[in-house]
Amino acid sequence: MTRREYRAQGIAGDERHKVHCNHRRTPVNGGTRVYVWQQKKGGVVSSSASNSRALLSVRDLQTHFEVGGHAVKAVDGVSFDVYEGKTLGIVGESGCGKTVLSRSIMGITTASNASTSGSVNYSGTELIGKSKRELRTFWGEEMAMVFQDPMTSLNPVVRIGRQLTEHLRAHKDLSRSDANDLAVQLLTWVRIPEPRERLNNYPHQMSGGMRQRVCIAIALACSPKLLFADEPTTALDVTVQHQILNLLSQQQQERQMGMVLVTHDLGVVATRTDDIAVMYAGKIVEKSSTSALFSEMRHPYTQSLFWSIPKTSEPKHTRLSAIVGRPPNLAALPPGCSFADRCPYVQPICREVEPKLRTIDSHSFACHLPVGSTEGEAALSANISVGLPQSEGAAARREAGQGILT
Amino acid sequence: MAGSGTAHLRDGDDMVIRVEDLTVEFPAKGGNVVHAVSGIRFDVRRGETLGRVRDSGCVKSTTGKAILQLPHPTSGSVQLDGEELTELSRTEMTARRTDIQMIFQDPISSLNPRRTIGKIVAEPLDVWGPKASDEQWALVASILDAVGIDPESAKYKRPHEYSGGQCQRISIARALVMEPKVIICDEPVSALDVSVQAQILNMLEDLKAKYGLTLVFIAHDLAVVKNISDRVAVMYLGKMCEISDSDDLYAKPAHPYTQLLIDSHPEPNPEAVINEAVVLGGEIPSPIFPPSGCRFRTRCEFADEQCANEEPKMAKISDEHYVACHHPLTEVGK
Repeated sequence: MTRREYRAQGIAGDERHKVHCNHRRTPVNGGTRVYVWQQKKGGVVSSSASNSRALLSVRDLQTHFEVGGHAVKAVDGVSFDVYEGKTLGIVGESGCGKTVLSRSIMGITTASNASTSGSVNYSGTELIGKSKRELRTFWGEEMAMVFQDPMTSLNPVVRIGRQLTEHLRAHKDLSRSDANDLAVQLLTWVRIPEPRERLNNYPHQMSGGMRQRVCIAIALACSPKLLFADEPTTALDVTVQHQILNLLSQQQQERQMGMVLVTHDLGVVATRTDDIAVMYAGKIVEKSSTSALFSEMRHPYTQSLFWSIPKTSEPKHTRLSAIVGRPPNLAALPPGCSFADRCPYVQPICREVEPKLRTIDSHSFACHLPVGSTEGEAALSANISVGLPQSEGAAARREAGQGILT
Repeated sequence: MAGSGTAHLRDGDDMVIRVEDLTVEFPAKGGNVVHAVSGIRFDVRRGETLGRVRDSGCVKSTTGKAILQLPHPTSGSVQLDGEELTELSRTEMTARRTDIQMIFQDPISSLNPRRTIGKIVAEPLDVWGPKASDEQWALVASILDAVGIDPESAKYKRPHEYSGGQCQRISIARALVMEPKVIICDEPVSALDVSVQAQILNMLEDLKAKYGLTLVFIAHDLAVVKNISDRVAVMYLGKMCEISDSDDLYAKPAHPYTQLLIDSHPEPNPEAVINEAVVLGGEIPSPIFPPSGCRFRTRCEFADEQCANEEPKMAKISDEHYVACHHPLTEVGK
C-alpha cells in the first residue's frame, strides 16, 4: 500500500509500522491491485460471527525451549478462543505444557532459551512480538494472572497493602489514600475480614487461603477482562479450595470476565467451566464444551485420565484403571501420536502418522481411532484379545460391565 | 467432632495398633502450647487399612509420627501387638521400628540423592538384616521387582534418574525390605500425577495382599482415602470427629465436618451440585487456642451453647460407625 493509500484510510505513521509487522498483503482477483488485510497465521481469524465475541484468539502457538541442541516443544501448535464471561478449562498432567501455555499468552516466559511463535490475538491486537514495555499496558488492566503458589507469589518483606496498591497507582494514577480505599474494597470483595487492618499485614501473618485471596484481589484490582488462573487451588486444602473456586466463579460472573482455568484435576473443571481443552505433550488432544466432553469422551487420553481418578461414588477398593508408563520426553517425541505408547486403542497407524485435530459437531479431537467409533472399538477389542498391557484396565472394566462413564 | 470417648474402640486379639489418649503438644512462643494431638484413640485390625482424612493444620502427620515415637508423645499409650511403645527405651524402640515403617509425602526429597538405589533400599538391612552383600542384594532385588523397578538397572542408579512415581516405588521398597507389620503412609500420592497415583494405589493394594500388611493411610483427598481404606477416621484440630467403615462414611456422613469435606470434594461430574454458599468462614482456628467444647463449633452451622460448653463424646450410630457430635446429621434429619 502506498503512503497515500494509508493516509486515505486514516492510518497514522507509527500505526502503519505496527500493521506492517502484524499483517501481510495478499493479492486477490488474479493479481490486480486490490489487497485485503489478512492475519499472519492462517485464515481462521476471519470476521466470523462467533469470532466477534472472542476476547482472546490463540492460533498455532508454539513455545520451544532450546536445551542442549534439542528443541523442547513445551507448547506445540495450540489454538483456542476465550469468550467474554466464559471459562475455559485447560487440563493436563504435569509437564504437558499447560503452565508454559498460559505464560506464553501473557508474554511472561522469562527463560532466555525460549522462543514463541504463532498468534495471540487479544480483542484485535496481536500480542506476539510486542515488547515487555508494550505488554505492560495489557497486564493488569486487560489480562491478569493468579499463580499456583500463594506462598511464593507474594513478596514476603512487603506489606499486603503496598502489594495491592502498587499497580493500582501505576495504572490508574491514584493518590495513596484513594488507592488504599480501593484496596480495602478489593479485600472486602474477596471476603477478607477486617480488611483495613489486614493492609498492614505481611504475607506470613496470613494463612494459605487468605494469601490466595490477596493474590486474587491483586489480579482483580484493575478490573481485567481476562483472568488466567494457573492451578489456583493446588496448594490449598479441600475446603479452602472449594471457597476459592466459588469466589473466582462469582467474581467472574459479576464482572463478565473471560477466564482460563488451568488445572490437573478433572474434578475442578467439571462443574466450573464452559469449555475444556485437554493437553498432552504440548498439544491440545481434545476440546469441546464441558457437558459434551464428559458425556462423550472421544480421545483415549481423556478417557484414561478419567478412569484413573478414584471417585467417592465408587465402593472402597475399586480397582483403578491406571495409565501405564509415563508422559513422553518433550525433547524427543516419537513420530506419530505422542500418547501411542500408553494408549489402550493403539494401532500401527498411530506410531506413523500424527493425528490432526478434527472437529465433529464443535467437538475437536486428535485421534485416528476415537473412543466410541467403530474403528476405535475394533482396535480396543483387538488389543484386549492379544493382551496388550495398556489395554488391561479397559479389559477389566469391560469384564465388570462398566461403561465409559462409570 | 473434636470429641473424645472410647465407644469406637474394638475388642479382640487381632488389633495390631491400639492408640489411647494420645496427646502431642509442642511449646510455642510466650509460654503457650500448640495442641497438635489432643487425646485421640483408635485401633487398627491386622490386615486392615485405616484411612485418615483432614485439612492441613489438623496435624494428621503428627499422629503418624507419634505412633513411631517420633517425637515421643506428651502422654497416652501406643500399643503394637499388645506391647506398650511409649515405655520402651530408645534402643528397644529402635528395634521395634523395624515392625513399623513409614512412606513420606515427597518421594524425591525422602531419598538421599548421593546414594545409589541399591544402597538406599539395602540400608535398613545393614542395621537389622543379613550383612553379606549377596544375601542383601537377593532380598533387595526381589523387593524392587515387586514394586515394578528393574533391579539390575536400578542397582547403580541414583534418585535423580527416576521420576517422582518411580521414586515413590523405591521409597515403598525401602519400607518393605524390613518386612514390617505396619506401614504408615503419609500422603504418599499427593505429589504425583493422577495417572501415576492410580498405579501407586493399585500397587499398595497388591503389596498389602502379598505381604499381609496393615496400613495407616493419611491423605487429604477423600476419594483416594475411600478407595484404599477399610475404615476411615476424620480428624479436626487434633481430635477425632468420626470413624466408620469407608463406604458407610461417604453414604451417610454424620459429622458436619465430614459433610463439609464431602461437599468440597470436586467430583469429575459436570452435573454435580456445587454448594455456592461456601465462600467464607473456612479458617481453621489456631491449635494454640483451640475453641472450647467441640473444636469444630466455630465453623459449624448447627453449633449451639451445648457445643461451646461440653465436649462431645464418641457415640455409636450404627455398626462400625461412630461420631463425636452433639447434633449428628443423622438426627437433624439431613
